[in-house]
Amino acid sequence: MNPTLSRDSKYPLVALPKTRTGIAGLDEITGGGLPKGRPTLICGSAGCGKTLFSMEFIVRGALQFGEPGVFVAFEEKSEELAMNVASLGFDLKQLQADKLVKLDHVRIERSEIEETGEYDLDGLFIRLGYAIDSIGAKRVVLDTIENLFSGLSNQGILRAELRRLFEWLKEKGVTAIITGERGDGTLTRHGLEEYVSDCVILLDHRVDNQISTRLLRIVKYRGSVHGTNEYPFLIDEDGISVLPVTSLTLDHDVSAERVSSGILALDKMLDGKGYFRGSSVLVSGTAGTGKTSIAACFVNAACLRNERCLYLAFEESPQQIVRNMSSIGLDLQSHIDQGLLTFHASRPTLNGLEMHLIAIHKLVRELKPRLVVLDPITNLVTVGSMSDVKAMLIRLIDFLQTEQITVLFTALTRNTIVQEQADEGVASLVDAWLLVRDIESNGERNRGIYIMKSRGMKHSNQVREFTITDEGVDLVDVYLGPEGVLIGSAREAQQLQVETGVALRDHAVGRKDREIERKRLVLESKIASLKEEFESVQEELNKSYIEDELRKEILEKNREQLTRQRHKEE
Amino acid sequence: MIDPSHIEDGTEGDDHPGDDRLDGERLPYQLRLFVAGASVNSIRAITNVKHLCETYLAGQYWLEIIDVHQQKQLAEQQQIIALPLLVKRLPLPERRLIGDMSDTEKVLKGLGILDESV
Repeated sequence: MNPTLSRDSKYPLVALPKTRTGIAGLDEITGGGLPKGRPTLICGSAGCGKTLFSMEFIVRGALQFGEPGVFVAFEEKSEELAMNVASLGFDLKQLQADKLVKLDHVRIERSEIEETGEYDLDGLFIRLGYAIDSIGAKRVVLDTIENLFSGLSNQGILRAELRRLFEWLKEKGVTAIITGERGDGTLTRHGLEEYVSDCVILLDHRVDNQISTRLLRIVKYRGSVHGTNEYPFLIDEDGISVLPVTSLTLDHDVSAERVSSGILALDKMLDGKGYFRGSSVLVSGTAGTGKTSIAACFVNAACLRNERCLYLAFEESPQQIVRNMSSIGLDLQSHIDQGLLTFHASRPTLNGLEMHLIAIHKLVRELKPRLVVLDPITNLVTVGSMSDVKAMLIRLIDFLQTEQITVLFTALTRNTIVQEQADEGVASLVDAWLLVRDIESNGERNRGIYIMKSRGMKHSNQVREFTITDEGVDLVDVYLGPEGVLIGSAREAQQLQVETGVALRDHAVGRKDREIERKRLVLESKIASLKEEFESVQEELNKSYIEDELRKEILEKNREQLTRQRHKEE
Repeated sequence: MIDPSHIEDGTEGDDHPGDDRLDGERLPYQLRLFVAGASVNSIRAITNVKHLCETYLAGQYWLEIIDVHQQKQLAEQQQIIALPLLVKRLPLPERRLIGDMSDTEKVLKGLGILDESV
């Protein structure tokens, strides 16, 4: 493997040529597809998707890579097969008419056949060779060739002939898929793996906690490096998608660009600019603390910047979220109408974690959003264990970060002890972690928000009060009173008190002034009444004095008169 | 995809024209032997079938020997997998025998000459 050696040698090292399958994700795990010109064995138990897998190989080959293919069905009739795959949008009739695909149903019934000595499978060879030549096929599927074992009893002949068949296929230079039913303790019931040794892919269908997961594993791939894990895959209306799990390296590009959180005050707490683009944000908190509102604000801001958003709701329906958010002044419906916002609501129990992951992958590939919201991730625990969820989120974050997509998770916490929340594991993965808490005091409940961490930026260490009003979400500076941090109505009361303090003092001064005035008035009226009293006493006294004078005058007059009269009589 | 009526159609236009065929089709035993070129099994099967027919069905049979290599489309039409293949079209029921026909008893049973229960 010395590079200088290969350069010097006469024949440069040639990597194994591969045939792309066109199946989403599979070509990534196999490093380019199935070995070209060689047979590949696909095995698995009933209903694990072997036929569909091989059919997709043929159809995609014909449609995407211009490689016609022959599909030999030992189980299903051609019409049945065409009908079965029509649901995936594969029009086999048309493909056959265009000479891109050839279906051949091989019917073999033991009861109709009598074996009378030595025979060989030349018939099958001729038949297959004719089919290949008639359309110039590059791909061949034999599904499931093991049915020959039930139709023919001479195992010795069959085995020798199968070996010859696979050799012959190699000579023909066609890339072949041979499917086989999984046996007890062996890959296939009849040991096909003995003959097909270049590449073996195992499909599995596992049900865990009533939730089914389809898994794919490359058991063997001679002459090529390949992923060795079990890769979950999904069968939906677009066929098979395999999830290439994590890229094991951590070397994706990072952006220094900042995006607003949609809440001005929160941006201020985050160094005045908001989150990094392509970072992961976790908003956790107990029930009813406004996690969804924070997420919706972020989405709203992104949509206003004309960025595409994907909102994955695991708890509420899109209509519900739109309605609820309109109550706080966020018009998400208009973003949906513009095609900027896409909701994808599904119950976590709809399928396994892996399936969710694949579904998210597919949506992200399709929509190419700049922002993805998962609300809430904690509901996923109903489908898998905490470690499964963590593994899934690692992969999701990894995937989204390589795509430079900002992601926001909300998580419900059942307690307020920070250490236990950290155990959920996600906290260590995310770049920013906001914690929304209930703060209960004085018979009322208020929301407090603080930033637990925010990688790569200065951020506020303050607990802010978090308010949700008709106009949206806002943060209020906490009020530091003489008794400590005040929130809610206590804060308002304190503020009121301060504002009215001056007025109260003014009021107090005024009241004292009025008191003095009143006292003065009282005194003055007292003085007046005393004066009146004095006057009346004076008048009284004067009256008797005048009377005395008058009496004295009158007596004087009377005496004079008497005197005069006496004088006359005399 | 293939039903018995198609089998008839598939061979109608074969290159076995002439009076021989018309005469032959009136005989009670209608046999068709598919072989793959001149392989060992093919040659053995031809020899064995001819011998059996002459021994047990002299004058009552019509045997058609078809090389599938020459008419490859027949392989799909006739649901041929293993070769050599002997098809007894008449008398009904139709029977299919594979192999080099060396197991005489089985062949005779298959052709209905020997009672199967024996």
